[in-house]
Formats: sequence, C-alpha cells, structure tokens
Amino acid sequence: MISLRGVTKIYTVGTQRVAALNGVDLEVQDGEFLSIMGPSGSGKSTLMNIIGCLDRQTEGDYYLDGVSVARLGDNQLAMLRNRRLGFVFQSFNLLPRMSALDQVALPLLYRGATNRKRASAAALTLVGLADRMDHKPTQLSGGQQQRVAIARALVGKPSIILADEPTGALDSKTSMDVMGVFRQLNQELGITVAFVTHEHDVAEYTRRIISILDGKIVRDEPNIPTFEREAIPVEAAALMPEEGPS
Amino acid sequence: MTLADVLGTAISSLGSNLLRTLLTMLGIIIGIAAVITLTAASEGAQQGVGEQISGLGSNLMFVRPGTQEEGGIQIPGQGVSLYLEDSRAIEEAGFEYVDSIAAQSTVGGPGDFISASVIYLGQNKSTVLLGTESSYQYVRDFYVARGRFLTEEDITKKALVTVLGAQVADELFGTEDPIGKSVRIFAGAGGFGFGFNFTVVGVMERRGASANTDQDDVVIVPLPSFQARIAFIRDPQGRTNINQINIKLADGDKVEQAKEDIGQLLMGLHAVEEPDFRIESQSDIFATATEVERSLQVLVVSIALISLVVGGIGIMNIMLVSVTERTREIGIRKAIGAKRMDILWQFLVEAVVVTTLGGALGVLAGVGATEIAERFEIGGETQYAITPLWILVGFIVAGVTGLIAGVYPAWRASRLDPIEALRHE
Repeated sequence: MISLRGVTKIYTVGTQRVAALNGVDLEVQDGEFLSIMGPSGSGKSTLMNIIGCLDRQTEGDYYLDGVSVARLGDNQLAMLRNRRLGFVFQSFNLLPRMSALDQVALPLLYRGATNRKRASAAALTLVGLADRMDHKPTQLSGGQQQRVAIARALVGKPSIILADEPTGALDSKTSMDVMGVFRQLNQELGITVAFVTHEHDVAEYTRRIISILDGKIVRDEPNIPTFEREAIPVEAAALMPEEGPS
Repeated sequence: MTLADVLGTAISSLGSNLLRTLLTMLGIIIGIAAVITLTAASEGAQQGVGEQISGLGSNLMFVRPGTQEEGGIQIPGQGVSLYLEDSRAIEEAGFEYVDSIAAQSTVGGPGDFISASVIYLGQNKSTVLLGTESSYQYVRDFYVARGRFLTEEDITKKALVTVLGAQVADELFGTEDPIGKSVRIFAGAGGFGFGFNFTVVGVMERRGASANTDQDDVVIVPLPSFQARIAFIRDPQGRTNINQINIKLADGDKVEQAKEDIGQLLMGLHAVEEPDFRIESQSDIFATATEVERSLQVLVVSIALISLVVGGIGIMNIMLVSVTERTREIGIRKAIGAKRMDILWQFLVEAVVVTTLGGALGVLAGVGATEIAERFEIGGETQYAITPLWILVGFIVAGVTGLIAGVYPAWRASRLDPIEALRHE
C-alpha cells in the first residue's frame, strides 16, 4: 500500500527554488491498476521516483506498506527497490551484451538468492519469451526487449511495478501486446501496476487515472479500462465523451 | 552478494568487452614482462660475475698501477708506476703470509692503445699478449690443459715459447695439435710494432668469458722475452713496467695486514707519500662487482616499476572512462536493488581481475621473451636467470596496482545518483 501525505519536492537550481511536487496526497491500495498522467514538466516523473524509492521528498510523508521511507538509509532504500518494487522504463534499460536469462536474474543476484536461473526462466516464460532466454538485447525486437524488462521487474515478486512510458518506444500493435502483459500481471498475480505516461491510450487502459499538473494532483478518477469496453459498438464508443484531461 | 557473485559479475562484464579489457591489461602485461625479463638478465649477469670472480682463485690479491685521472676520466696507459722490481722486493721481504707471487704485463687488453695479434699460416687473430712468470698458473689457479706451462728455464733463457689460451688455439688450429708449431706474435700501435716467432708449448684450460675480458683469448709468453722484445714497456730509468702483481696469500684472514705491509713497502720504494698503486683483494673486486650489479638491478627494477606505474595509471584512466561510459548501467543496477557496496565491489574486483590476469599474461610474456633472448643469444652471451621471487613480486604488484587504480573509479561509480545515472545517455 502506498500512502503519500503532503509530499513536496523542491529542487534548487542555482539560487532558484523550483517545486517539482507541491503537497501531493495519494493513496494506492494493493492490486490497483492505475496511471499517472501529465505533460512533461508536470512532476509526474518526480512522483514516480519518490514512489519508487529512487528519490526522497523534501517535505511530507511517504509510507510504503506502512513504513516511513524518509527514515530509511540508502542501503534500506536499495533493499526496498530490490524486494518491493519493479521498474520498467521507456528505453527498456537492459544491460548490453547480457543474455535475457542473466538480465532477469540480476535483481535476485543483488538479493543474494540461490536458484536464480530457474526463477529467471519462469519469469521469462510468463512474459512469453521462453524461447528467447539466451538472446542478447541486440538480438531482440523492441517489444521483446520490453518483455525482458518486465520479466526483470517481476522476477523478485514485487508488490508494485512502476512503468515509465513503457510503450513510448513501441509501435501501436506491440504497445497493446505489452499493455496486455501488464494487465495479466495485475489480474493474475495481484501486483499493483502504476504507469507514468502522457499518452491517453495508455491511461485509458487502466482503472484509475491520476492527472498531475504543476506538481499538484488536479484530477483523480476511476476509469473503465478500454479492454472492458470492447462489447460497446465502435460507433457508440466514438460518441462517448472523452475522459481525463487533455 | 557473495564473493563468487561479485567475481562472476566482474568476469562477465570484462568478457563482454574483450577489446577494452585487453587494452586495459596491456600496460600491466608490458610492465610485468619487463620486470621478469630485466631482472632475469641482471640476476643472470650477477650470477655470472660471481662465478667468474670466485674462479679467479682464492686468497688472491692484485697490485696494480695507480690510474691517473683527469676530470674524472681515467686515462689508460698513463701514470704507469709499477715495476718488476716491486714484485721482486715483495718476494724478498719474505712476508710469512705470502704464498707465491707472479708479475704480469699485458698488451692488447681492453682500452690498451697497443694491440697484439697472433698469426699462424696467414690467419691473424687479435688477442691479449700476456708476459708472466712460471708461478702464474699456480698463483691464478689457472692451469695448462695440454703440453706444458712456462718453466723457470724459459724465464731465465728468455725463451721464445708460448702457451695459448683455449680460444686462440681453437680459432687458429681447429682440430690440429698446436704443440710444437711456430706462431708469429705481433705487438704494436698504429701500424708500427714488432713481430717474433714463438713455438707453442702448451694450451691452457678453458675458463670462459667474464663481463669485459675473455680469459681464454690470451697468448702467454715468458715475461723477460716480452720485456726484451717490446721496447715501449721499459721506462727511461731502465726499470720494467708491469701491469699487475698477482699475490697468492697462504692465509685469507691476512688480507688487510698484507695490504698494509705491501702498501708501506711499495710507497717506500716509490718514495711517495700517497700510494701511486692500488692493492685489491678478490673480495674487494667481488664487492665492487656486486655493488655495480646491485645498482644495475636497482636501475632495472625501477625502470620496470615505472612502467608498471604507467600501466596502473592507464588502468585507472580506462576505468574512469568505463565508469562514465557505463553510468546508465550503474543506474539500472541501482534501480533494481544494487547497494553502493555492490557497485564499489564490482568495479574494484573488475580492476583487480584485469590486472591479475594482465600480470599472469605478463609473466608468460616475460618468460617467453627471456627464452627467446636466450635461444637467439640476444645480448651476446648474457646469462638469464628467471627468479620465482620476481614472478611473485610481479603478480603482487599487478594486483596492488589494480586495487589502487580501481579504488577511485569504483568509489565514483558507487556514489552515482540512480536518477541522474538513469537519465545519462
């Protein structure tokens, strides 16, 4: 469970103080499927970095599963990232020249776990890459690379996966496949999935859309995900009012 | 992370970019190879000198003329101040610790302005002409192998007989027996000189070459025959200049006393306040040679160590570039849960693995280079002796270099902010 109260992040650029986040309150329950939307510079990446324990807020409180993150040291934050969180990035962020199997096993390496290969193979099978385990990033398509990244995010059995523009570098067909994988993780494994995006298509795919602007949450509404709207005829769908901010 | 995990990570990272790894190692490979080869050469030379000097014979002392120096430069042939009469005086003084004495005079030695050569059936060999007494072979512990040495009779009769060094006999006669053959010995400078026919009566045993003289490349004749024929070794007062008095002591413990007594005697004879001669014992020469070798070794090792330091700086350089180049990788690793220490260890172990591997390759290269140098006699007859100690030192120095060179880049890598690192292109 994620709980943010009055979270503020201030960057000091030269002598100027810039508030990237300005008093954000947010509650996310376990198993949610949500998106954080906003234009670039809105503070959505900063919010994701704080939720992802990559960064710390300047003011306010952040509780992850009831633990106040502000009180934790660097090593404890690293441990939280390793055990509770999974990251998926727009540019995949795979290590070059490393096979998919080793790539996915990395989080377990930093945990000091044994049986890493087996867990890694299982995660890759789950994202549909059972036949690509020995491939290196350069030998995989964009969609396949993103699936490797997803497998790496989920191999440690996290409670939350944070995805930063996960389809930004993919074509629309591949994007839908990748979004399907996230949906599957959410529905079948109960993992909380949060997207950070500026794309409507991605936001509309989730059950909750949080809009952020100038460091503040301006809208937080539930959404009927597009995959549940498929029964509605195409003509009718076109007449439905648009949801979410532009 | 266990040590095995850290090692595995480092090795797979190194293996993923072989060219970079090889370039990183190059400095260390060359450095260690240089240490091994250079120390092998200097160690070999030292052993060679040791053998040579102990081969001179035990309890040996030499009296030599003082060398005149001008501006620190020794002038050979100048300041001759040792005479056959000095040798006789030492004999007559009857010091109880003096076993035997042999005076000698040479021409054609290194740095001598007079050259000597020996001619047989049109073959001309440049050599060292040594005039001495019958006691020489006993005093120098250097014996004749075939035929006979010079006798008292040869000395008193100024006989035209000669004993050839093994090298000279080999070159001029090959398989032919030189005993009884007549050779022409020539000594002179700038085209002027004197040549006489001598009969070969013996061939010396083989002694081997030392740092600057080949003891087998010599032609030995009776000292009086030599004096009588070669005019320019006599001084205006009719005394006979000699190069060296070889003194064999009955008791090695009396070296210092002998130096003192003989020094006093000769200073009295020469009527001088300061010695115009030098008295050296075998151990003095050994000490000097050892000192020379030691400073040579210090020089050699410092050159090798400098090349290692340069190699180490090269490694640090490449590691720093590598940290910058892999900033994103470090960001990813941190995002998925790598702690600072994990990153620090990864880079540090990478550096140590690279240098240790480089050290191993350097040892192989050094041993190989030494073998090649020995087989093809690069550096003449230089002896090489590879010492396990220096192999070990090379290894350790390589590892430590890696550790030192790796610390700063690894620390930099571990301090990177994950967000900044992930944003890095």
